[in-house]
Amino acid sequence: MAEPSEATDAAQAPRGLSRRGLLGLAGAGLAGLGVGVAGDRAALAATAAATGTKAAGAYAFYGTHQAGIVTPAQDRLHFAAFDMSPGSSRDDLIELLKDWTVASAAMTAGRDIGDFGAAGGPYDAPPEDTGEALGLPASGLTITVGFGPTLFQATDGTDRFGLAHNRPAELTTLPHFPGDLLEEARSGGDLCIQACANDPQVAVHAIRNLSRIAFGRAAIRWSQLGFGRTSSTSTSQATARNLFGFKDGTANVMAEEPGAAAEHVWVQPGEGPAWLAGGSYLVARRIRMTIETWDRSILSEQEAVIGRTKGEGAPLSGGTEFTEPDFALAGRSGPLIGPHAHMRLAHPDQNHGIRLLRRGYNFVDGNDELGRLAAGLFFISFQRSPEQFITVQQNLAGHDALNEYIRHVGSALFAVPPGVRPGSFLGAPLFAP
Amino acid sequence: MPARLPLLAAAAVTLLGLTGCAADDGPSGDTPALTVESSATECTVSADEAPAGTIRFTVHNAGDQVTEFYLLGDDKLRIVGEVENIGPGLSRDLVVQLQAGTYYTTCKPGMQGDGVGTAPFTVTPSTAAAPDLSADTAAQVESANTAYAAYVTEEVEQLVEGTARFAAAYTAGDDEAARDLYAPTRIHWERIETVAESFGDLDPRLDAREADLAEGEAWTGWHAIEKDLWAGNAGADFERYSADQRAELARQLVADTATLQGKAEGLSFTLAQQANGAIGLLDEVAGSKISGEEEFWSHTDLSDFQGNIDGARVLYQGLREIVVAKEPALAEQLDAEFAAVQALLEAQRAGDGFTPYTGLTPAEVKAFSDQVNALGEPLNRLTSVVVG
Repeated sequence: MAEPSEATDAAQAPRGLSRRGLLGLAGAGLAGLGVGVAGDRAALAATAAATGTKAAGAYAFYGTHQAGIVTPAQDRLHFAAFDMSPGSSRDDLIELLKDWTVASAAMTAGRDIGDFGAAGGPYDAPPEDTGEALGLPASGLTITVGFGPTLFQATDGTDRFGLAHNRPAELTTLPHFPGDLLEEARSGGDLCIQACANDPQVAVHAIRNLSRIAFGRAAIRWSQLGFGRTSSTSTSQATARNLFGFKDGTANVMAEEPGAAAEHVWVQPGEGPAWLAGGSYLVARRIRMTIETWDRSILSEQEAVIGRTKGEGAPLSGGTEFTEPDFALAGRSGPLIGPHAHMRLAHPDQNHGIRLLRRGYNFVDGNDELGRLAAGLFFISFQRSPEQFITVQQNLAGHDALNEYIRHVGSALFAVPPGVRPGSFLGAPLFAP
Repeated sequence: MPARLPLLAAAAVTLLGLTGCAADDGPSGDTPALTVESSATECTVSADEAPAGTIRFTVHNAGDQVTEFYLLGDDKLRIVGEVENIGPGLSRDLVVQLQAGTYYTTCKPGMQGDGVGTAPFTVTPSTAAAPDLSADTAAQVESANTAYAAYVTEEVEQLVEGTARFAAAYTAGDDEAARDLYAPTRIHWERIETVAESFGDLDPRLDAREADLAEGEAWTGWHAIEKDLWAGNAGADFERYSADQRAELARQLVADTATLQGKAEGLSFTLAQQANGAIGLLDEVAGSKISGEEEFWSHTDLSDFQGNIDGARVLYQGLREIVVAKEPALAEQLDAEFAAVQALLEAQRAGDGFTPYTGLTPAEVKAFSDQVNALGEPLNRLTSVVVG
């Protein structure tokens, strides 16, 4: 079995390669071809086997699909949405994506960015790498990049980068859902980067350096730290809990399910523009929880709202965590899993079989002006079409008993291009002539 | 507030003369790498000769005192290159471009005395030798220095003159005239702020903000007067100064500015100091102007912003031909980013000055901040490029 680090050896650029010397990578990365999901799985298996050393694992950056989607959800998140700078050109965008590619390949392999890194450069110049990850292992870092609707067509209709004809029809601002209290400053964005790692410093280092590289071409519009994963994306992981204290993502799309990713996550060839084949759609929703109110609701209500037991996470219809819920099973007054239970409304059976790959994180951003914890769930889902999320969310927004305790305050949709071939760059097919 | 890089402070690697050192350009490439072991009594260089061109000495301090390494000319006096401030156990690099000839290497543990282990070092002729700085470049360096020194002198003169008029109006109780003179006079200070900050306590005496003071410390200078002139923005608890206090603050302001003029007379600037000055001025913008902290009561921050940018651009323009020769893409980028930041400032011109900071929308402040970052990243490479 491969050690985690071997998954990325093939993708390692030779030290001293210029940030802009991207195309020189081709030879070095040859062995990384076709890694894709298989690479993720190899690394996953090794990570699972090497408990206690999982922070050292490295996932391949290059592959058929971008990492950070079916990769087993890491513990920490730093997510950032960017807007391209006023007056920036198509060439600026391409250069930025190339620079991000080279830096991401280095950082996901546990290396500094640049020719000289954090401490080896000229005394009279600022270090290329900011340095806070020096001495830290790759920590399972994945960097996943997405393109927002406004990259293709600005809100005023202008086609800044000559991409309007390449915009997938589904890539638009998500519709307004009942109860949405969206803040403009926490929503949208031309580009996004999801950095996940098992060490928060490694995830922050990634966003910090990638945003520094972007200065003058793109600037952060909003960003979000997440401190605990709320979903499992692999059967090797225990189901995590959200800040309501309940297990979340029990019925998630798992990396081990044959065909599930192709059916629910990856855009298939022939669907929409060719450049997106092998990619996905990322939905991000900042969901504020009024946890003070939740915490004083009685246990039976909490369980009724969710539709599962708090301890085991079993459906209220019985069994254990992974027992299929029986939505028809009735108690004295109606079904055991009530008509407004969150789990019922979110379940594929209630949504024409639709499933999402959820990859959310808990957050607590200090407190609000009333002294309440500014806590919640930073919901992330990947799906083959935004329609999957829209269908489920319409169901939830209209009826979910949980709505009493949550507010959706941020929202964004991004098209996630397929994985990067060694020698190429993030989103390259989008710019093919 | 003091910049990260006061203009006249010594850099870790001091660059002397026009033919001196190249910047450390990293461990890669063909640069011959030599090691130097500096102990209490020895200064052992791994080789006593090298081909002409770029040569790197990695100096390791094996002693228990702070040490220095010098590369001297054939007269054992002229300093060709030096690395200072190497703590015990640390290594520092000196990268120099050398012509063929005889040199001497020496270490100075304890930073005093004549040096230990002085030994000849021969540079042999080589086809790889980089040409000496051309006469053109040398002339560019000289004219940049002369031009910048003249700029500093001119700005200080205008500062002295404006300060006199401002102080007179303030002392006479003509607040409206003093308020009108405040930003247009201070812009001369802001243009040369990194020079002014080089002179000990003159900067705090002239430019301290109230938040900078320690408990009980006397507050003098521009911002002390600013609070009084814009008392309406200073809160209900603020008591306006008495006529005596005003007269004293005005007198001190004029006297300290005169001291500044005396110290700024006849200054000379190395390439690195000029480049670091430009970087320092932009740091000033990013640190206190972009946040509206500098002009807390008058909200004339954009005028200070313009002053810092003016000063940085003058420094950059002086070095621009050198940048064009060494890294044309950087010059192109800096030209574009300076123009972009100026365009944002032009959009906020109002009358003789600028929109008050409090009149900017959050989106406008973010646009300024983004543009300062866009200029700052390439500008911070200026020193390593011009001295490299």
